[in-house]
Amino acid sequence: MIRLVPRSEAAPLLQIATPVLAVLATMIAGGILFAIMGYDPVAAIRTIFWDPLFGPAAGYSRPQLLVKAAPLILIASGLAVGFRAGIWNIGAEGQYIIGAICGAAVALAAYPAPEMWIFPAMVVAGAAGGWAWGMIPALLRNRFGASEILVSLMLVYVAQRIAAWMAFGPMRNPEGFGMPGSRNLQQYPAAANPELIPGTGAHWGVVAAALAVLATWFLMSRHIRGFHIRAAGLAPRAARFAGVKPETLVAFCLGLSSALAGMAGLFEVAGPAGQITDTVGVGYGFTAIIVAFLGRLHPVGILLAGLLLALTYIGGELAQLTLNLPAATVQVFQGMLLFFLLGFDLLTRFRIARRITA
Amino acid sequence: MIDLFALFLMLLSASTPILFAALGELVTERAGVLNLGVEGMMIVGALAGFAAAHHTGNPFLGFAAAALAGALIALPFAALTQFLLANQVASGLALTLFGLGLAALFGKPMEGVKAPAMSPGPLGLNWIVWLGLLMVPTIWWFLNRSRAGLILRGVGENHDAAHALGYDVRRVRIAAIAFGGAMAGVGGAFISIATVLQWTEGMTAGAGWIALAIVVFSNWTAPGVLAGAWLFGGVTVLQLRLQAAGVRVPVQLLSMAPYLATIIVLVAISARQKYSRRAGGTAPGSLGQDFHALR
Repeated sequence: MIRLVPRSEAAPLLQIATPVLAVLATMIAGGILFAIMGYDPVAAIRTIFWDPLFGPAAGYSRPQLLVKAAPLILIASGLAVGFRAGIWNIGAEGQYIIGAICGAAVALAAYPAPEMWIFPAMVVAGAAGGWAWGMIPALLRNRFGASEILVSLMLVYVAQRIAAWMAFGPMRNPEGFGMPGSRNLQQYPAAANPELIPGTGAHWGVVAAALAVLATWFLMSRHIRGFHIRAAGLAPRAARFAGVKPETLVAFCLGLSSALAGMAGLFEVAGPAGQITDTVGVGYGFTAIIVAFLGRLHPVGILLAGLLLALTYIGGELAQLTLNLPAATVQVFQGMLLFFLLGFDLLTRFRIARRITA
Repeated sequence: MIDLFALFLMLLSASTPILFAALGELVTERAGVLNLGVEGMMIVGALAGFAAAHHTGNPFLGFAAAALAGALIALPFAALTQFLLANQVASGLALTLFGLGLAALFGKPMEGVKAPAMSPGPLGLNWIVWLGLLMVPTIWWFLNRSRAGLILRGVGENHDAAHALGYDVRRVRIAAIAFGGAMAGVGGAFISIATVLQWTEGMTAGAGWIALAIVVFSNWTAPGVLAGAWLFGGVTVLQLRLQAAGVRVPVQLLSMAPYLATIIVLVAISARQKYSRRAGGTAPGSLGQDFHALR
């Protein structure tokens, strides 16, 4: 028999090794799933994980990597800060949608003015919109003790309906022949979020994601607020005795993560997506949760995890085209990945020893 | 004049999916496990139940299959939280994401298929509605009057004490998780087999999360869950009536009502639990905590 002995500190090498193990296990389990479904497992795994980078059509798919990774990294780096403190913002998807709507509202109100300030103002509006949406669960938790998990999640469904209402009502393109959806912001130069360097896929959201990684790294490892967050997550009582106010942390963590999620929504709607439709939210807010965990809640890890999950999106689309694999395959992959990751996590916190028989 | 009785029957139907899911989660949480995967288990139940009902032509077999599928899909969560000591919040989220993906993946062939007809029970209501109502006193009796229920509550209140008394904490919790999954599965299948009468991707639309909120609202009691489910059903029916009556409010805004109502109710009940120290039964003592016996 075996028994588990708790480690006093997480094993540093295993911290890096477990995400890799989880990815490998997901590939194997995914391969078995494909075989059951009647697809060639090796071809499917190669199409998802290899071909987008090095395959025959890589020239097209490689820039997509940054396009897909930027929102994931931007959202996940904010979420990870809260997760460290045990503050669970599960509603990033809703904050992303509201950020997109608020940012687009600025552009649609200014249309067709050519001024330079319009795009920066949109970014501010997007962040502020997301922030405001995230402050609802923060205030309700601080004031009434309502679970931020459930409130932030309920607000995702509310945000989705606001987006649908906007697309069919107030924000509908007056020149769109009655079709739902707003004006296309990509065709409005002062508001567009274009590719900055041709062929790379890098838009302003990629820049923001890079800055977010740097800023959260600084916050968590060099700033007193980051120390408080880590302390509150590891030993809430001790942190409180040391003068850390839980209310302040809740407001800070939810505010930060939702502002970043709102910004991600804005960059998406002004760039790759182009317009407000009833399906602005495409699930980045939920996938970002997986990114945060896969990246071990560490900024650098999140950067790598964001790129990997972006790869599964692109690879999934490619596999849809070439192998006729259903679109939901990626979602299953991402769910499995989180399962395996949480399972392998045991190794970092416990040592496996032989049970001593009496 | 609105026929209040007919409206009440509609409410009973509308609240059934949430009632099943929330009763299941109630038992799971009383055993000390917070399973945020309700939404994922419901959608898997919705698909498995619909597919089984379609292939066998028997809706009741569909519900049985949904219960089985819900319990099975909860097992990875049970393994993660009970044997691998993973964080319950994260594992539950993983279950929801995995379940939604799995159902979307295997649901493709079921799109556009119609559900087999069900013969209605008393008062023209579906038999499953009556089963749900019957489950409320049954679970109340189980939790408060049976020996097994006492052990389950003991495990949920203080797992170390229960372990010291010689009870198998893990076994009790795994059984509770599987039961919660089965109930969520039936709740999900009610949506696909008895309400919408077809399968569509993401059709549970947050019902699992509402069920989680209702468990908090109920103060962890079975009658409280019924009250919460009826409240939710009432808001849903009212909202649909307003849509049908052609009120000059956009449909998208009206359909927010159940979610907003859930938030309001959650806030009200959390405030009560926060400000009055002796508000009857509060959350189980060991809810959400890992159990690891050193010997």
